[in-house]
Amino acid sequence: MSATVLHRPGDSPVHRLPPEVKVVGAFAAVLCVVATPREAFWAFGLHLVVLLAVWAVVRVPLGWYARRALIEVPFVLLAFVLPFTGGAPRTDVLGVSVSVDGALAGWNILAKGTLGVLVSLTLAATTHPRDLVVGLQRLRAPRLLTTIASLMLRYAEVIAAEARRMRTARVCRGHDPRFLWQAAATARGIGVLFLRSYERGERVHLAMLARGWTGAMPVPPSPGAGPWRWLAGVTPALVTALVCGTALWTT
Amino acid sequence: MDDVTAALLVKDLEFSYPDGHRALAGVDLRVEPGERVAVLGPNGAGKTTLVLHLNGVLTGTRGQVEVAGVPVRKRTLKEIRRRVGVVFQDPDDQLFMPTVAEDVAFGPRNFGVPEADVPARVREALSAVGMEAHADRSPMHLSGGQRRRVALATVLACDPDILVLDEPSSNLEPLARRELAELLLGLGRTMLMVSHDLPYALQLCPRSVLIDRGVVVADRPTRDLLADRDLLAAHRLELPWGFRLD
Repeated sequence: MSATVLHRPGDSPVHRLPPEVKVVGAFAAVLCVVATPREAFWAFGLHLVVLLAVWAVVRVPLGWYARRALIEVPFVLLAFVLPFTGGAPRTDVLGVSVSVDGALAGWNILAKGTLGVLVSLTLAATTHPRDLVVGLQRLRAPRLLTTIASLMLRYAEVIAAEARRMRTARVCRGHDPRFLWQAAATARGIGVLFLRSYERGERVHLAMLARGWTGAMPVPPSPGAGPWRWLAGVTPALVTALVCGTALWTT
Repeated sequence: MDDVTAALLVKDLEFSYPDGHRALAGVDLRVEPGERVAVLGPNGAGKTTLVLHLNGVLTGTRGQVEVAGVPVRKRTLKEIRRRVGVVFQDPDDQLFMPTVAEDVAFGPRNFGVPEADVPARVREALSAVGMEAHADRSPMHLSGGQRRRVALATVLACDPDILVLDEPSSNLEPLARRELAELLLGLGRTMLMVSHDLPYALQLCPRSVLIDRGVVVADRPTRDLLADRDLLAAHRLELPWGFRLD
């Protein structure tokens, strides 16, 4: 199965789990992280330990996650600004006045955001995008959504390739936009690409109708994950839930 | 002739687009089982519009289409679409699933083929076009010729009575073009081929129908039709440079 930007093919037990189990596990784990009270610092440490345990099974290099987690940077910046912009009460840290509420809010965003992104990256790394859609179908997600996701997976590459060809054609005719006011041709190109994609959508729909499309994507049969694989798949999420519950109880 | 049920019967078919453009102005066409017929005509003649009527994607404002005696009606649409397999001009319009095998399975699953039989259907269809080794690849990563063959497989998997091909040779390199021709000739199915590629029509179809301005203007053996240079010229068609049949 081919690699994508977010998927890293492998043969670990996590890779082999049915996608619907992984979707449920990841979703539940993120919910528990979000529900953990921000003051329970130890709980976030335990969440991270659970994640590291999963990574040890997955055997994907840490650098792989780190590079992709950079998407979180804008939120991290916001998290670092909050302690300085928050209101009273304030306290001194290394001689700098910081807001207690702001610092906690920043920590909240940083901890929950980072753990959420890392859990999502783990799901993406171990599950091919196509299997993610299959997993959502098996979980009876709205058919319209899974159909759109499945078509998007297929056509994103086609449209990106078309955009590249159009750009090459512009560059071959001497187009070299360096400043914002020279971007008109690029903007028109995007407009044309939108129209072409729209027209392609209509042609794809016709071709689907011609093969008996009735509005629902046929779902390939699945043997069912079985109770043991479900249990194995959601165990990390259960531990996270336990940690979250204890934190809620004690804070 | 009429005592044998035609594979395809089009009677006085008319169609106008919502903008008022009259694309079909009374088309009559009869195709016998096992025949291979080329539909020729200039751009905008109504060829693709006619194709979309054959499986009920468009419905004429007048006239009738019958496939193996079954009239195209709302209640017969599913049956009609199984019987008429349309291979569209651009394989990227046809191949929309993440893998080749899933795309080939799409039609049979829609037409209610039992799930246990679907893998065999997929295997047979891919083997018929020589693409079984690529079943798990993304259509995006195939060459133009391979995509065309997979597009054909997606339709063959539905086991259609009549195969309709819209410009099958467009954008193909000479070798892929020849391979596709050999493949199509080996299928032994009733075939309707819409094309601008006149030598390809001659190679594949013993009979040709010339359509212009929404009506059939000639219906003859392909060789005779292509030898009539005046007729071709009157309808903005011509053989490629260096070809002569008269």
